Amino acid sequence: MIHKHKPEVLVTGAGGSLAQYVINELKKDYHVVLVDFRRRVQLDEGMSSYRVEYNKRGFEDIFRKHKLEAVIHLGRMGLYESTHRNRYNHNVLGTQRLLDLCHKYDVRKVVVLSTYYVYGASPYNPALLTEEAPLKASELTMDLVDSVELENLANIYLWKYPELNITILRPCNISGPGVLNSLSLLLSSKMAPVLMGFSPMMQFIHVEDMAHAVTLAFKQNKPGIYNVSTDDWVSYQEAVTQCGCRRMPIPSIPEGLPKLISKRMNWKGWPPYLVNYYKYPVIIDGSLFNKTFGFKPRRSLDDIFSYYREKKEMGIL
Amino acid sequence: MSVRNLLKNLLVSEATEAVVDKIPKPVGSFGYDPWGYNTDAVKIALSVMRPIYEDYFRVEAFGLENIPANGRLLVIANHSGQLPFDGSLVGYAMATNPHTPRAVRVMVERWFPTIPFVGNIFNEMGAVLGDPINCAKMLRNEEAIVVFPEGVRGSGKTWDKRYKLQRFGLGFMHLAITENTPIVPVGIVGCEETMPTPFHLKRLARLFGMPYFPVTTPIPLPAKVRLYFGKPMTFAGPIGGEDEVAVKVERVKDEINALIQRGLQERSGWFE
Repeated sequence: MIHKHKPEVLVTGAGGSLAQYVINELKKDYHVVLVDFRRRVQLDEGMSSYRVEYNKRGFEDIFRKHKLEAVIHLGRMGLYESTHRNRYNHNVLGTQRLLDLCHKYDVRKVVVLSTYYVYGASPYNPALLTEEAPLKASELTMDLVDSVELENLANIYLWKYPELNITILRPCNISGPGVLNSLSLLLSSKMAPVLMGFSPMMQFIHVEDMAHAVTLAFKQNKPGIYNVSTDDWVSYQEAVTQCGCRRMPIPSIPEGLPKLISKRMNWKGWPPYLVNYYKYPVIIDGSLFNKTFGFKPRRSLDDIFSYYREKKEMGIL
Repeated sequence: MSVRNLLKNLLVSEATEAVVDKIPKPVGSFGYDPWGYNTDAVKIALSVMRPIYEDYFRVEAFGLENIPANGRLLVIANHSGQLPFDGSLVGYAMATNPHTPRAVRVMVERWFPTIPFVGNIFNEMGAVLGDPINCAKMLRNEEAIVVFPEGVRGSGKTWDKRYKLQRFGLGFMHLAITENTPIVPVGIVGCEETMPTPFHLKRLARLFGMPYFPVTTPIPLPAKVRLYFGKPMTFAGPIGGEDEVAVKVERVKDEINALIQRGLQERSGWFE
C-alpha cells in the first residue's frame, strides 16, 4: 500500500542497523521504500520493501512505481564481504546505476554514505583531516579502490547534476547495536589483534548518532561533502580493552608480517588491507558538518564501549 | 591492570599529578587529544624526566617568565645532541614552569611514526609529526609548539660544528605570520656536549633508513644544560616572498645565537 499523502524516500541497505535507525527517524513523516540486495526487509506494516541488486533491470521498476523525492544510499557491500571485484561491481557500478536512475526520475535529494577509510592510513597523515584532504586509500591498497571510486562517482554527479542535491557523508567508525562493519566485528570478538608498538588514535560514532546525522543531512538538504565524527578520541588498544577484548599482540616488523598473519588467519574484522588502519591514525575533522547542520552527538565513547563490554559479559556477543 | 596504569601507580607522585592537572589542556573523555597526547602518559613522562632534568643534566632554565600563560605559541630553539633530549628538556621546563605551566608539543621527524613503540610513546607525550598542516591546526587549537628549524642538520651535528647554527627552515616563519603566532626564541647550551660525535657512519644510516648514524658515547654524558628563553617576538604579514621570510628568520636566528653566546659566557665548564 502506497501512502500518497506522504513524500516517498528510498533507503538502500535497509537491512543494516544504520538504515533501520534512519527509517525509524523518518517513518513518521515519510513513506519509506526499503531496498536491500541481501534480503527482503520486513519492518513496519505498510512499508514497501524490495530485495533487488542495483544493477538488475528490476531496480528501475521501483523508480517507476514510486514517486521518490529522495534517496538515502546506505547500502554497500562491506569491506570484508566478497572479492574486491564484486565489491567494485556492487558499490561503484551499482551506485552509478542508482544515480542515473535518480537523474532520470527527477529525484531531488540524494544522501550517499561514504567512509573515512577513503583518506587512507599513512604515517604522514596530519590529524583532523578536513574534507579537502587527498583520498589516498587506493594508493595504499587495491582493496579500497571501490570506496574511493564510489566517492569520486558521487562527486562527479554532484557537480554534473546539481539538481540531484547530493550530500556525501564520510563518517568515522560507526559502532553500536547491530552494526556489522569490520571494526564492530572486531570489538564484538573476545580477542582483538593489536600490532606491537602501535596504537593509533581512533574516532567512534554511535549508530544512533550517525542515523541522526544522516536524517539531518537529508532534511536540511545542503549538498556537499562532509566528515561526520565526534569530538572525542581514543587509542585503538584502549578501545579494544574498554570493549572487553583481550589483546592479541601481533609482531609489527617486518612490515609484511602482520598482513601475512591476517591473511592466514582469515580475520574478517582485521583483514590484511586494513592492517594499516590499526597502525597509523586517520583522524577526521567533523566541524564543518556540526556547524552546517547543527549536529551534536548524544552518545559518548563510554556508551559505545559499554555496549560491547556488557553484551560480552552477558554472553550475547 | 594496563602497563600505563602500573607505571602511573609506580612512578607518578602527588606533586607531579598536581603539576599536570594545573596545565590548561582540553582532552577527550579518555584523556586523549586528536594528536594522541595523553594526560596520564605526560604524568609518567614528567616523572621519568624529573631525575634526568634535575639530577643528571642539572638543568637551569632562565626567562621562563617570558612564556605567555595561554594562546598559540611557537618556541624556536637550536637543536643538538644526536638524540632528541633537548626537546624533552624544553618540554619539561615549560610543563613545570612555576609562572605559567604549558603542555608542549614537539614536532618530530617524519620517520618517527613508523618506528614501533617509539612513535606511539612520543605521540602520547605530546610529540607530533612535523607537518605544516598539523602545526597550523595545533596553533588554531591554541597549543604551544617547540620547533627546531635546523631539523636533523642540527641534531646530527658533528663535534667540529658545535654551537654553529645550521641552516634554518623557513616553515616556522610562514606559520608564525599566517597563524598570527608569537615566537619565543630559546638558546640551549650543554646538549652539544652530551653526545660528542666526531663523525657519522653514512652507509649504516642508509641501511637502517636513519637520517644519520653517529659514532658517539654509548650513553649521553652528564653535561650541565642551560635553557635561555628569550622575549616573545611577533612578525606581521603579508608575506612578500621567500627572501623577505628569510630575513625575518635571520632575526630569530640572531636572537637564538645571542642567547647561546650568553649561556657559553655564563658557564665555567661542560659539567658545571
